[in-house]
Amino acid sequence: MNKLDNRITRLFNKKDQRILSIFCTAGFPGLNDLKTVLESLEKNGVDMVEIGIPFSDPVADGETIQESNKVALDNGMTLELLFEQLADIRKTVSIPLLLMGYLNPVMQYGVERFCKKAASVGIDGFIIPDLPIVEYAESYKSIMDVHQLSNILLVSPQTSEERIRFIDEQTDGFIYMVSSNSITGKSSGVSDQQVAYFERMKALSLGNPGIIGFGISDRTTFDTACASASGAIIGSAFIRAIKNSENLEQDIQQFIETIIPKN
Amino acid sequence: MKYQVDERGYYGNFGGAFIPEMLYHNVEELRYNYLKIIEDPDFKKEFNQLLKDYVGRPSPLYKAPRLSDRYQTNVYLKREDLNHTGAHKVNNTLGQILVAKRLGKNKIIAETGAGQHGVATATVCALMGMECIVYMGAIDIERQKPNVERMKLLGAKVVPAMSGSQTLKDATNEAMRHWIGNPTDTHYIIGSVVGPHPYPDMVARFQAVISKEMRFQLQEQTGSELPDHIIACVGGGSNAMGAFYHYLDEESVNLIGAEAAGLGIHSGESAATTVLGKSGVLHGSKTMLMQTPDGQVIEPYSISAGLDYPGIGPVHAHLCETKRATFYPITDEEAMKAGMLLCKLEGIIPAIESAHALAVLDKIKFKASDVVVINLSGRGDKDLATYIKYNKKNLQ
Repeated sequence: MNKLDNRITRLFNKKDQRILSIFCTAGFPGLNDLKTVLESLEKNGVDMVEIGIPFSDPVADGETIQESNKVALDNGMTLELLFEQLADIRKTVSIPLLLMGYLNPVMQYGVERFCKKAASVGIDGFIIPDLPIVEYAESYKSIMDVHQLSNILLVSPQTSEERIRFIDEQTDGFIYMVSSNSITGKSSGVSDQQVAYFERMKALSLGNPGIIGFGISDRTTFDTACASASGAIIGSAFIRAIKNSENLEQDIQQFIETIIPKN
Repeated sequence: MKYQVDERGYYGNFGGAFIPEMLYHNVEELRYNYLKIIEDPDFKKEFNQLLKDYVGRPSPLYKAPRLSDRYQTNVYLKREDLNHTGAHKVNNTLGQILVAKRLGKNKIIAETGAGQHGVATATVCALMGMECIVYMGAIDIERQKPNVERMKLLGAKVVPAMSGSQTLKDATNEAMRHWIGNPTDTHYIIGSVVGPHPYPDMVARFQAVISKEMRFQLQEQTGSELPDHIIACVGGGSNAMGAFYHYLDEESVNLIGAEAAGLGIHSGESAATTVLGKSGVLHGSKTMLMQTPDGQVIEPYSISAGLDYPGIGPVHAHLCETKRATFYPITDEEAMKAGMLLCKLEGIIPAIESAHALAVLDKIKFKASDVVVINLSGRGDKDLATYIKYNKKNLQ
C-alpha cells in the first residue's frame, strides 16, 4: 500500500515490468534542450525520466556523466533556470519525472523551497545519492511527504538484508538498485555475480519494486535487468547518444528503438 | 568534550557522513571498528614504536632565538618538518595503514595536493608491503614534480585527476570514485581532517601526538604545559588539529589558524574558506565551503598546493563558528616573505604551507612574555622551485 500518491506510485501500480527509465542531464547538450528531450522520450515509449541537476563535483558518476555536468554548467545551467524550463512541462509531458542530483545545490536553494517549487512544476520525486537516510528522516521526509514527493533510495550489492528492509520502509516509489558496486557508466554487460545479486533482491519480496541502474546500456543488458527486476535506468549510454546530436528528436528515437524495438 | 565529535559524527553544526549508499558499507565498517582498533594495546604499542623508531618522534620543540628577538616575544617551533618524509602527514598515514591492516585490507588509495600526503602514504605502503595508488590533480603533478618522483620510487602508482580544476579537490573526487568501485579489499587513507565521519576524528587522533608532545616539552622548557598562542596553517586542517587537540578545552590557550588568501581575499584567486565560505556539503561532510550562490564548488587558489582546497575540516568550521579558534587569511606574498625570513634568521627552509602560519607573526602584536608555538608542519625542499622563482622576481 503506497503512502504517497504521485505519478511514480501510479505508474508502478499499473505496470510492474519492463519499466524503462532514462537519465538526462539538465542543460545538456544545449542549455535549453530539456523540453525537447523529455517530450521525445515520452513519445518514444519511455516510462519515466530522471533529470540530472548538474554539480561541480559529482563523485558517484563516471566520466560520461561528469562531462555532461561540466558542459551543462558551462552552458549556464542553474537550479533556478531548471525550474523555469520545467514551468509548463506538464502541458506536454505526463510520465513521472524525478530530479536527481547532489545535496549541496539543494541545500543552498533551501530544502523547503526546493520541494515546494519541484511539486509546483510537476516533479514526482528525487534521487539525492549523498543525502544519508538518517538526515532524510530527520530533516527532509516530512517536507517531501507534504508535497507527495518520493525520495528514491539506493541499494548496492554490499547493502545488508537488514538495511535493505530498512530502506524499503523509508522509501515510497521504487528502490534504485546499483547493479555493480561501481560508479555510473563504468561497466558493460551484466556478470553472473550481478545476476545473483538481482535474484537475491527479488527473493526479499520487498514492498517497493526494484529498478536496476548503473551498467545498463543496450537491449541485452536491459533485458537481463528486466528478467530480475521491474525495470532499469539508462544514463551514460543515453548521454553518449545525444552528446553530439544535431537532431535530438531523431537521435532519441533511434536510441530508444534499440532498447525497446517497435514491432 | 565540547569540541569533540558527537555520537552522530558531528562537531556542532558540521560533520556527518554524506556519502552515497555505495560507500556506506566501507565507511560503516570503519566507523564501527576504528576506536576499538586504535585503543587496543597491541595497536598502540606498534604505532608508538613506529612513531619513535621510523618517524623519529618526538619532534623537537625549538625556541627560535632570532625570530623571537625580531618579534619581541617567545616563538617556539614544533618541528614536524624533521619527521621522516618531511611533514606531519606521516603521523596519520602510519596510523591508518595499521588500521587498514587490522581491517584485513591489502590495497591503499589516497589523494594528494602538494604530494606530501601522497609521499607519506607511499612510504607506509612500502613499509607494510601494500599496493598503493595515489590520485593527484594533473596541475599539481606538474608543479610538484619531485614528490611525484618520490612516490614512484617508493612503488606507488600516481594517477592524474583530469577533471575540474585538476587539483586536490578533483584528486579527492577520483579517490572516492575508486573506492566506490573497489569496496572490499581497499582502504582509503584520507590525508586531512575532512571526509565523512569517522575520518575527521580518526585523523585528528593520529595527529594529536603533536600537541601531546608539546605539553610535556613546554612543561620542560617553560615550566608550564600551556602556551599563550598556538598557530598552524589550515588547508583541510590536519596539522592544526594535531597542534590544537590537547588544548581544545584549555580556553586560556589562543588557537590560531592561518588560511591561504592567495592573491588576496577578494581577488577571486583565494582559498580563505572561513571568510569566503558558507555551510555546504562536499566530500562526505557538512562544513564551510567556498561555493557559488547556486551551490557549485568554487575552484580555490593558493601558491601552496597543500592549502589549495575549497573547504576546511568540519571540526575547524565548528571552532570558527564557536569562536574557539581565530582564522587569519594570509596572502601568497605574506607567506613567501615569512618563509624567506625563517631561512635567513633560523636556517630553516619551511614548506610554503607552514610559512602561512609564520606570517601570522606580522598580524598580531604579541606580548614580550607570551609563549607562541608555531607548528612548522613541513619542510620546504619540495618548494625550492617556488622559492627560486620568487627570489628571481624580487631581484628584477
